[in-house]
Amino acid sequence: MSALRGWKEIPIAGIPFEPAVKYKTGDWRVFRPVIDNEKCIKCGLCWMFCPDSSIIWDGDNFPTVDYEHCKGCGICAHECPTKAIEMVRG
Amino acid sequence: MLEIRWHGRGGQGVWSASAVLASAAINTGKYAQSFPQFGPERTGAPVLAFNRIDDRPIVVHSMIYEPDIVVVIDRTLLSDREAILGGLRPGGHLIADTDESPEELRARLQVHDSIHVWTLDAVTLALEEVGRAFTNTPMLGAVIKAAGVVPLEAIEESIKERWKGEIGEKNVKAVRRAFNEVAHSPAKVEVTA
Amino acid sequence: MAKSVQQRMMSLNGDEAVAWAARQSNVDVVAAFPITPQTIIMERIAEFIHDGLMDSEIIRVESEHSALSASWGASIAGARAFTATAANGLALMWEILYIVASSRAPVVMAVVNRALSAPINIHCDHSDSMGARDSGWIQIYSEDAQEAYDNTIQAFRIAEHENVQLPVMVMLDGFLISHTMQNVQILPEDVVSDFVGYRKPSRIKLPEFYGEKEIPLMLNPKYPISIGPLDLYDYYFEHKMQQIEAMKRAPEVIKEIHKEFAEISGRSYGDGLLDPYRAEDADALIMGIGSTMGTMKAVVDELREEGKKVGSVRIRTFRPFPADEIRELASGVSSLGVLDRSASFGAEGGPLFMEVRSALYSLKDRPPVLGYIYGLGGRDMPPRLLKKIAEEVLSTREEPERPRVGYPGARE
Repeated sequence: MSALRGWKEIPIAGIPFEPAVKYKTGDWRVFRPVIDNEKCIKCGLCWMFCPDSSIIWDGDNFPTVDYEHCKGCGICAHECPTKAIEMVRG
Repeated sequence: MLEIRWHGRGGQGVWSASAVLASAAINTGKYAQSFPQFGPERTGAPVLAFNRIDDRPIVVHSMIYEPDIVVVIDRTLLSDREAILGGLRPGGHLIADTDESPEELRARLQVHDSIHVWTLDAVTLALEEVGRAFTNTPMLGAVIKAAGVVPLEAIEESIKERWKGEIGEKNVKAVRRAFNEVAHSPAKVEVTA
Repeated sequence: MAKSVQQRMMSLNGDEAVAWAARQSNVDVVAAFPITPQTIIMERIAEFIHDGLMDSEIIRVESEHSALSASWGASIAGARAFTATAANGLALMWEILYIVASSRAPVVMAVVNRALSAPINIHCDHSDSMGARDSGWIQIYSEDAQEAYDNTIQAFRIAEHENVQLPVMVMLDGFLISHTMQNVQILPEDVVSDFVGYRKPSRIKLPEFYGEKEIPLMLNPKYPISIGPLDLYDYYFEHKMQQIEAMKRAPEVIKEIHKEFAEISGRSYGDGLLDPYRAEDADALIMGIGSTMGTMKAVVDELREEGKKVGSVRIRTFRPFPADEIRELASGVSSLGVLDRSASFGAEGGPLFMEVRSALYSLKDRPPVLGYIYGLGGRDMPPRLLKKIAEEVLSTREEPERPRVGYPGARE
């Protein structure tokens, strides 16, 4: 982690000055989501519901998972209407 | 500085009358304040309004305790002698709506000899001119007759500014009549400041 | 002031004067909830907007908490936001007061000073805004309706100044100013519009998001930022330091804008922080806030006529507190009286008394200070009582052993 900055060095109003993506939260995970493209209908619900923006989807192709940031919460698997996402240990 | 205390009942328009007077004074280059007895207005309850008028900017922000002029726009309030005459300065004016003559009112309220007493049957006048018993504007005519303060025309302009159209015209007529008809019992002793 | 422009002399009460200031100040959004004695401000603004005389969005809300929340939302979206409240309404805004200040949203709010319940009371004292003195808002108190107009216009410039970026409360005494009609000079529309301009959100750099490009500090889909996220013990203190420093920079800005406005309008109030009256050669000084200090001027004149060397100092800007200026004024006098229109229960005197005494502590030669708490719940402060206070202060030459606080006007 970088050294904490002083009040003269940061923007005012409590605005975040570092992108949160630099914090790799993927290692918090116990279970990881695995998408079965056979069952996936590209509805985009997993992408919409993911609280950490860790489902990567361009709107055309099958979604993939950003495992560097996915914390393994399982919301995507819970929301998937075709049960295409399985939470797998490790 | 001239200080005026208006007595009326909630809904009769003492605050409006004091506002018309203040506007007229301000429009003629004077400095003025108009404020109500601070509080929620309750219809029918005795209420007060105040004016300060001066040729210099007015810095005082407090109630008025020793007015130069007391105006009573509702005759039923005259029974409370203490409330009406309390603090009225020697040499000042008591101006009241009543069908009594000023001498009769002076005798009834035992008004001090140094006070000018003015009376006007403002209820009858208002009923005749405006069609409703709003005595606040006629009493303005009486105040101007008694104390000068601003020219009658300035009051008329201020009334027309506040009440547009026919109602304004009727009130202007009422003010003019009041100015001409208010009766005067002069002070019997002169007070030198 | 030769340069001052032609103005229109109107008969307005304090609330109407504030509404006129808001009308002329290019306000984008007004969100407020009516409460006595602030109501006339909202009524007039609603009329102005309805009549096409004021180009602002008005948001009708269900509470003061929402009024300030909506103002905050508008402000962080880049709009110029105005609201107004009093007493219990301000109390209900409490949570959002701090949020507005900490997000550096330059909201301007008129606070029509009124006593807090209970018992319920609609009259003037300063307990509402004095309670909010530590919320991070700049606080400017008016003496009369004219000044309420002037202060409201200046408030937008102060709040949005790049060295400040803090919300501003403009105070006016309930009824004593809000409902008292008086002479008010109104500047031409275009003159005020030019003076306040339009809100330009300040610009910041976020190199790790947007490189060296400066982006506006506002919610903007083109340059997304987060406002108000979690801030723990790693950075919260630093953000508070920035607010502390912004307050330190504010006096210069307040004085500068006050001076600029004086050149246009011909009206000034001391240096914009303190408004002294016949204070230069005074033996005794009476300090206080709001409309009472107008009455005090008349009392000072009366005492001077009697040969008594009394002066007065009205605190116009209470936050940031003008401690340096107070030290300077007080160092030459023999005694000081401080008038507070609010109580700080359990403290050694009212808030102004405590801050004045604290400011004087570093003076080697400090005058005795007497405190007076007066006018709670609208209890009138007549000239004769002020005169009594001034005479007591004038005859005091030694600091009492314990802080001396009186309660003039209260019955025992």
